[in-house]
Amino acid sequence: MSERKFPPSVTKSHYLFIQNPALVIGSSILAFIILVSLVGPVISRHATTEQHILKRLQGPSLTYLFGTDQYGRDLLSRTLLGGRTSLILGLGAVALGLVLGIPIGLITGYFKGRTDEIVMRFMDILLSFPSLLMALLIITALGASLSHAILAIGIANCPGIARIVRSATLSVRNEEFVFAAEARGESHFYIMASEIFPNILPPTIIEGTIRIGFAMLIGASLSFLGLGVQPPHADWGLMIRDSREYLFLSPWPLICPGIALAVTIIGFNLFGDGLRDMVGGSE
Amino acid sequence: MVCATWSGGANDGGQLFAFQESVGGTVNSTLLEIRNLSVHFESRRGKVQALRDLSLKIGPEETLGIAGESGSGKSTLAYAIMRYLSANGRITKGEILFMGESLLDKDQNELRKIRGNRIAMVYQDPKSSLNPSKRIGHQIAEVFQIHQSFSRKEAWDRALGLLSLVNIPDPAFHAEKYPHQLSGGMQQRVVIAMALSCGPNLLIMDEPTTGLDVTTQARIIELIGDLKRRAKASILYITHDLSVIAQVSDRVGILYAGELVEVGVAEQVFHSPIHPYTVGLLAALPRIEVEKQFKPIRGKLPDLTNIPSNCIFSPRCDHGDETCTNQSAQLQEVEEDHFVKCLRSKEAFTSQASEAQSLPFRKGNPSGQPMLVTDHLKKYYSETNYIGKWLGFPIPEVKAVDDVSFHIRQGEVFALVGESGCGKTTLGRVITRLLKPTAGKVSFYKRRPSGQEIFGTDEFRRSVQIVFQHPDSSLNPMKKIGTIIERPLKLLGFSRPERSKNARELLELVKLDPAYLERYPKHLSGGEKQRVAIARAFASDPEFIVFDEPVSALDVSIQASIITLLMELRASRDLSFLFISHDLSLVRHIADRIGVMYLGKLCELGPVGKIFQHPYHPYTRALLSSIPVPDPSISREAIRLEGSVPSPRNPPLGCCFHTRCPDKLGQICEETSSPLILVDEDHWVACHISLEELQKATISGRIEIK
Amino acid sequence: MAPYILNRVLSIFFVLIAVSFIIFFATHILPGSAASLILGEHATKESLRTLEHEMGLDKPFYVQYLNWVKGIVSGHWGDSLVMKQPVVSIIKLRVKNSAFLAVFSLATLVLIGIPLGTLAALRQKGKLGLAIMTGSYIGISIPEFVTGILLVLLFAGPWTHLLPTGGYREFSQGISAWLKHLILPSATLTLILLAHVVRQTRSGVIEVLKSNYVRTARLKGANESRVILRHTLRNGLLPTITVLAMDLGYLMGSIVIVEEVFAYPGMGRLIIYAITNRDIPLLEMAVLIIAAIYTVSNFIADMLYMYLDPRIRYR
Repeated sequence: MSERKFPPSVTKSHYLFIQNPALVIGSSILAFIILVSLVGPVISRHATTEQHILKRLQGPSLTYLFGTDQYGRDLLSRTLLGGRTSLILGLGAVALGLVLGIPIGLITGYFKGRTDEIVMRFMDILLSFPSLLMALLIITALGASLSHAILAIGIANCPGIARIVRSATLSVRNEEFVFAAEARGESHFYIMASEIFPNILPPTIIEGTIRIGFAMLIGASLSFLGLGVQPPHADWGLMIRDSREYLFLSPWPLICPGIALAVTIIGFNLFGDGLRDMVGGSE
Repeated sequence: MVCATWSGGANDGGQLFAFQESVGGTVNSTLLEIRNLSVHFESRRGKVQALRDLSLKIGPEETLGIAGESGSGKSTLAYAIMRYLSANGRITKGEILFMGESLLDKDQNELRKIRGNRIAMVYQDPKSSLNPSKRIGHQIAEVFQIHQSFSRKEAWDRALGLLSLVNIPDPAFHAEKYPHQLSGGMQQRVVIAMALSCGPNLLIMDEPTTGLDVTTQARIIELIGDLKRRAKASILYITHDLSVIAQVSDRVGILYAGELVEVGVAEQVFHSPIHPYTVGLLAALPRIEVEKQFKPIRGKLPDLTNIPSNCIFSPRCDHGDETCTNQSAQLQEVEEDHFVKCLRSKEAFTSQASEAQSLPFRKGNPSGQPMLVTDHLKKYYSETNYIGKWLGFPIPEVKAVDDVSFHIRQGEVFALVGESGCGKTTLGRVITRLLKPTAGKVSFYKRRPSGQEIFGTDEFRRSVQIVFQHPDSSLNPMKKIGTIIERPLKLLGFSRPERSKNARELLELVKLDPAYLERYPKHLSGGEKQRVAIARAFASDPEFIVFDEPVSALDVSIQASIITLLMELRASRDLSFLFISHDLSLVRHIADRIGVMYLGKLCELGPVGKIFQHPYHPYTRALLSSIPVPDPSISREAIRLEGSVPSPRNPPLGCCFHTRCPDKLGQICEETSSPLILVDEDHWVACHISLEELQKATISGRIEIK
Repeated sequence: MAPYILNRVLSIFFVLIAVSFIIFFATHILPGSAASLILGEHATKESLRTLEHEMGLDKPFYVQYLNWVKGIVSGHWGDSLVMKQPVVSIIKLRVKNSAFLAVFSLATLVLIGIPLGTLAALRQKGKLGLAIMTGSYIGISIPEFVTGILLVLLFAGPWTHLLPTGGYREFSQGISAWLKHLILPSATLTLILLAHVVRQTRSGVIEVLKSNYVRTARLKGANESRVILRHTLRNGLLPTITVLAMDLGYLMGSIVIVEEVFAYPGMGRLIIYAITNRDIPLLEMAVLIIAAIYTVSNFIADMLYMYLDPRIRYR
């Protein structure tokens, strides 16, 4: 047998940027944000609840790098803390959506038939509510809080994820190695878990990553409406809500969380798109 | 240059294309000349050297066939001439001269005047090459609108004329249709019509019949031959199928890994090939007219990002010597108009090729005992539309397998053949219990110990295995080869060390290096992946294996090695095979008995020798007559089948074949379908035609078995 | 094809029924009945029970549901608990107001979004394409309320005073005033959706540009404008119909936020108001109306797609 050279699977690092800028920029943003959100509030110089009424609504200065809000609290530390909450919200909601959506998509895509029809009809029904409305409906039913917000957004994401997983499952299901497994008499569970699942994971993860950004967006929207995270939690949506009252006196309580939110969402979107390009290219 | 005018009415049989001499230039004796062309593609892995130093010439009204396997660069050649390489393709060297002018010097505007006008192209996949939202009449008429200033009505009329030129019945009706409403064969005719609109000097055809059924292919080839004469165009015909090339080409060029290794008059190249690759390719081809063991070419395609400086074929060459590992060759004229790129071309090692093993394959060893029996087997599919059903709308049923009864004997190789949509794959899956039959029964009698009928049991699953068609799809890309092979062993209850040992042995059985156990499928070639699939099938030590088109997706040179392997395994373990294929030439060499399927039914069933020598059923006769032979000196007339295969959703009543049967008797064929009738020893036919008539019928250009 | 259409129509019917059930369920699951809202915190148990009985709130769940459905069908949509008016008239007014925003938005999407997306696809490698893509990237990542408040800051703030900060003026009170109150909310609503449409249109057109039939057209000798106009657009823009239908759904979500930011009296604001005040009858109908509009518009989009795609229309 002649010697075969196997193609290298990793591109040289300086080509990576040119070929996939989205991935690089996105992951850098994310790494920065995550690091800062975790570590930041711990090392910040001012406690987030310290109020200095006399120093309220100031712009950025050396003591208060981002300025202060209407209670004189340091905006920098509040923004960092808000980041934590928003990240938990986004990640938690998408994780829930995946935990619910993946089994549904796998099972309906694998078995098809009656179950598929019924379950997907139900998913379609859920999808006939715009995401925000769905979340609002669930909040109405349960009441407003951080955990309910995670639950609501997770459930709102579930049908969309189930659809994606289902269509990926449908295409993998017709691959010949699945038929080979059936011919061996493998159990349904084995085929779904061991043959199909590893192959649907890449598109599902990519979808999930992109959804994190949108989950954060909806989460912040809920908080903005007063129907999500409740005070005294710090959350970007809440901060923006509070900033309205004194908007014309100082724009900083709006700008800081606003930019932070936008940059984080952009980061997740870029990262997800970059992942998608990378996986798509190597096929 | 002026576009040729199209004179004469539709189908007048006379001069259809009045060619105009090109204005301001002479038509010299070479229409297209390529000199030292090199093309590479930029990719992540490096530069893929798709074509290297390629030179060839096409004269006026000449058909040059370019044959090459995958990776040979043949499509690249076509698109390089059209100057339509993908964004990462570059022409790095050489010259392309068309009618004396360099194509490489032209800008986009000038190129546009040539495309579709002087040089036109026909593509591999007609379905995706036609705009799905435009009626086909418009798509053809458009060519006139682009290159000439015809009014819409005039352009449309000419389009109709072209449709009848390519033998599409009722042009006015079909011109209003959308591409998806036409069959594959008709779609390709439309593409050909588009290409011929302005009477081009050069037609480039890139695998025009790959993906079409054999019977459809035969008609398209016939059409091309006919049009060739009338349109006075030169054709560059690109394909991997050597038989087709032999039938259509005046001259032939053989492409290997981006280099032209042999080129010359078709008869010479096929009858006295000189380059070892050509020799090997022809030896690897299963021939329908000669029974012999076909020899594979060892080794694999080279990595095009890493071209050696010596002869590119030498790693796989049986006739190489030291010079071959040190230098590379140039194209040299060996006989008149016969060029070869080989350092040792002057030596006569062709003699070794002509000692073509006249030994047939060691086929099956049928003992007569039935092993697998199907009894009135049916598999119907219906679309799920619950609400529609509830409301009483008729739901169409697809009759994939429609009342099939036959049996396969111990030690036998049984081939199930038919064109696409005939149900052979579905039948294979019902037999292996991947699908449940709608009606009817399957029985399987285990050989050892003896005789019990075990269909459906666990024992059955061990004794009956299946190997699939697509190497890329039969192995889970996320699992290592070792894991894939060990899984069935695990199910059988072997312990870990036993599994490991057995897995190695299985890989050795299929002649793969045990190191492959650690690799992932994406690192293996197509042929290697198929070997792994075979190894996996042998894990449970089966007695009966179903092969569903196992080599159709592989190159010819690799096919031969897989087939050889399979036949050796069959002989050493005395197994029985069900071999499903559309490739009759292949099947001729390895099968003991054949069943021919059409639209879910068996039309003919019998020993392979009898069926090939004297097929009875009109469909079998048409099928066999459509198979091209890789010998330019033999030209055969295919029995023409009108129309296209009916949709299995709506099969005709009565005999399934009557809508296209050239020997249709009449009403009886429309009303009742014939059961299988015994016409000769062990030879059955499902036809209403009387035995005497069937015996008299011949296929023209009948294949004489040497 | 006919059974397919019928299938879809019946589907909508079932979907709407299921949707109404879900809404009813969600709104009635929490304790705190409508009666206590009306009578206030200090109502006696007895008066509560009497009122509940009058309002039919002590009947089993499914009976209440059926009564509600009967009411919808017969046009009696109940009365708002807090606003003390029939729900019908409130919704009618609000739907009209929101419709203005929606129509403005959709018009912009179609007239600007689709051409921009096509342009981005055609100039994929150039600076213009890159600029459009970057812009749309940012557009989809910034939440509506951030954009909205920023716009207020910029255009209605103490420095510019160009436009009002919110609210609404009837058409009858003057076109200029009416328009002025519409501009900022429409712009906010449109920005994020525009980004989405641009991206989707771009990828649809790029897909088509890569296809084999575009290759055929080019190799026939067609010049670029012919390739684009006659071959690419028709096929590339077909998926845009689906995208627009999806966007309508997203729009309905966004409109809630935008109306809140600008205190615009539309359906979105109504819903928030109903949720915070637990005005169940109002909330039920408002959400139902929106879900119904979304479902029906998806259906229309499907039918349109079916009509325009020859592969589906002519079997």
